[in-house]
Amino acid sequence: MNCFPDEVMEHIFDYVTSQRDRNAMSLVCKNWHRLERCNRKSVFIGNCYSISPERVIERFPELKSLALKGKPHFAYFNLFPPGWGGFVYPWIEALAKNKVDLEELRLKRMVVTDECLELLSRSFMNFKCLVLVACEGFTTVGLAAIAANCRFLNELDLQEKEVDDPKGQWLSCFPDSSSLVSLNFACLQGEINLGALESLVARSPNLKSLRLNHTVPLSALQRILRQAPQLVDLGIGSFIHVPNSETYTKLKNTIIKCKSITSLSGFFEVAPHCLSAIYPICMNLTALDLSYARIQSRALIKLLRHCGKLQRLWIMDCIGDTGLGVVASTCKDLQELRVFRSAFIDRNDPLGVSEKGLVEISMGCPKLHSLIYFCQRMTNAALITVARNCPNFMCFRLWIFDPVKPDPDTMQPLDEGFGAIVQSCRQLRQLSLSGQLTDRVFLYIGVYAEQLEMLSIACAGESDKAMLYVLNGCKKLRKLKIRNSPFGDTALLMDIEKYETMRSLWMSSCNVTIGACKALAEKMPRLNVEIFNENEKVDCSVDDGKKVKKLYVYRTLAGRRKDAPEHVWSL
Amino acid sequence: MSPAAVGTEEDGRSKVSSTVASGSSQSLDCFSQNGAGLKERNYLGLSECSSVDSCSSTVPSMCDEKKENMNLKATELRLGLPGSQSPERDPNLYTLSSATFDEKPLFPLLPTKDGICSSQKTGTAAVSGNKRGFADTIDGFSQGKFTGNTGMNPLLSPRPSGTQSSAMKEMPSKLQERPSPANNGTSHNHAGASVSGSAPASKAQVVGWPPIRSFRKNSMVTTSNKNNDEVDGKPGVGALFVKVSMDGAPYLRKVDLRSYTTYQELSSALEKMFSCFILGQCGSHGAPGREMLSESKLRDLLHGSEYVLTYEDKDGDWMLVGDVPWEMFTDTCKRLKIMKGSDAIGLAPRAMEKSKSRS
Repeated sequence: MNCFPDEVMEHIFDYVTSQRDRNAMSLVCKNWHRLERCNRKSVFIGNCYSISPERVIERFPELKSLALKGKPHFAYFNLFPPGWGGFVYPWIEALAKNKVDLEELRLKRMVVTDECLELLSRSFMNFKCLVLVACEGFTTVGLAAIAANCRFLNELDLQEKEVDDPKGQWLSCFPDSSSLVSLNFACLQGEINLGALESLVARSPNLKSLRLNHTVPLSALQRILRQAPQLVDLGIGSFIHVPNSETYTKLKNTIIKCKSITSLSGFFEVAPHCLSAIYPICMNLTALDLSYARIQSRALIKLLRHCGKLQRLWIMDCIGDTGLGVVASTCKDLQELRVFRSAFIDRNDPLGVSEKGLVEISMGCPKLHSLIYFCQRMTNAALITVARNCPNFMCFRLWIFDPVKPDPDTMQPLDEGFGAIVQSCRQLRQLSLSGQLTDRVFLYIGVYAEQLEMLSIACAGESDKAMLYVLNGCKKLRKLKIRNSPFGDTALLMDIEKYETMRSLWMSSCNVTIGACKALAEKMPRLNVEIFNENEKVDCSVDDGKKVKKLYVYRTLAGRRKDAPEHVWSL
Repeated sequence: MSPAAVGTEEDGRSKVSSTVASGSSQSLDCFSQNGAGLKERNYLGLSECSSVDSCSSTVPSMCDEKKENMNLKATELRLGLPGSQSPERDPNLYTLSSATFDEKPLFPLLPTKDGICSSQKTGTAAVSGNKRGFADTIDGFSQGKFTGNTGMNPLLSPRPSGTQSSAMKEMPSKLQERPSPANNGTSHNHAGASVSGSAPASKAQVVGWPPIRSFRKNSMVTTSNKNNDEVDGKPGVGALFVKVSMDGAPYLRKVDLRSYTTYQELSSALEKMFSCFILGQCGSHGAPGREMLSESKLRDLLHGSEYVLTYEDKDGDWMLVGDVPWEMFTDTCKRLKIMKGSDAIGLAPRAMEKSKSRS
């Protein structure tokens, strides 16, 4: 196998960038394991508690890029108690202590304090890229440290940061010669220094991606675009102005020159009449995120008619079924669609979207492979049609407002519809179910969904068999998230070794008892079993027969974690 | 599948087999063939039209117990390490699955027969029969015997028996060769027998539903207090959610000021919302009779000296609702408060006059 010298092997390995392929390569033989680990520059850790930072650093001495995830996905919906964990400080500390030449850090759902950011900015001379998605705990003070100390920073990307932050001058802290390529602060709620922003854009010739927050007015946008017509990805802050004003006219003329923009997002405030300024660049757009934009469906439809090349569309359900029909006829290349529940009611389409819209999309957009769909109703017939039209789904996540709603035409559960989806879409990796569902749909999933890695269930199933079908049948399952479903101890304990092949299991408001969780923890030392009930302190004397409100099980090589708060019971 | 297990076939329910060349055809081929074969029924012709009105109810198309037997095989518990599979099992299973499942790649909608798989969780006789059938099958499996359970109406059309039956005949032998390990078998029995029918939580009790990320919810509220231009002269573009608090109520509510156009609409909506607190009743979905009673009572209370509606404006001052034009009010209102008359001394008499002049 090793006829080539190490350098040649390493050179070949350099072409392999996918994490999964790399992991597979390291299992081939000891030699490959050694070569691979010395050659690997980028590591992804799906659960920050599954391994200790020291072990990662030891194994990958050439580590340059690290991606970590902290809380699991359900943390988004207030199901996790505050202070649960996901602290990144130990990682940064370990990386700094071992003098790792860190260049990129990507964190998701972790706690990042200003202290972390300051340590980060001072410890790694070549640090280039910081991406924080849905992280909490930092303010603009930490951002200022990053801006000031990371001389070679080219990417600073903040997404979905929840906490309101005080006004800060962090934008002024960037060095005079900025190498910024990507700057995203769209989620920050506070005011920013517009002058500093414009000056930064002016001295960042490499800037390709800029996403502004809602406090940046249209006038500033116009000035920024004039400085940076080379932008590829733009996130607009506020898009309101008096029509026919000088500023607005200037903006229209400036936008026309921005021929490189292929991705548009933001629109946190928008006046529909201003949207016509965007029309000239719509035909170049491949990605459009209007999921925060309060635009009535009529104006949305007008806009979308111009977007023939769209591949990715994120939108709110105020677009309505009619609007989705327009998308279906206009955006033939559509690959990813996300329809979110809008917080306001469109008088034209007060009920959001239904199965009709999805069927139209499936007919018009056969390349569709990723879907998030919040709808008011869904039918088996529609799902079957969609399955037949779009067999390429890799991600299919459907949520109905009423989580146990049956097919309204037939009053049947949605088993057959989802069954058709899993049978037709052989590459399906992520699936979220809702609607009235019996054990049958889980039978279908267990049999057909061979590639399934993530399954999210709410208020579904009738007995433990359902969970067992999934655990037995889905060999590639990595994340299983269950809530409000009647699965109990038998299901939990039937195949405990399975959990070591998965990243994590979440069960909330099911029928699992404390005793079963204790048994699980005892038998499987390489699993962490955590129970939590809101903010009550852990009461270890509680009866074993008591039902567990929230259970989080994940595999780990790091043992029980030491930073769990009081209301988390690690068994 | 041994013919005995199939039982009586449905008459012309699905005429797939005539177009299926062989059991192990690729699924894509099956699609087109089945498309042709199923046109007669044309439930799948739904792709042409956007709405479905031709089908009454859905039923699993396959022979349930047959599939369940094989599915049990596919989902059989292993004692070995996860991921390891005994080699001789896989190819058979694959041919089985491709033989049977690809023939029916989609699930044609068929009207229910005998209420099979009806949606009621409480379980009609047929549904419980369904479950019993499955449990019996598990029992049979664990005992290493292939039970031909005719509790269900198999819906399978005649199949080319060549490859099928040979493959199927291997099934029972496989079952006998490797009965599930004893302990698993017994626990299977338990799992099968104890069909816990605890109904899923009602919508009201599901925390965090619908699954909208909290960031998204919060950000929509933050930007909702800014004004949006109107479109086409229609009032109320965008939402303007403001908190409404009431003294003595355990929690606050939120209303969208833009969904109302007059003070009257707002106050009647608030009446509806807070009636339960006034009368000490929980839940706002009471019987219509009760609601009407409470509304009128509430109106009296609100328009009397009991409660006064006030709002906090942009400067932080608490003002009485009703003084300024509606548009100006929605522009300046940050939050609402229903104060007890006793707290609003000095405002209350004017409230009565105002309300009388309004109504």
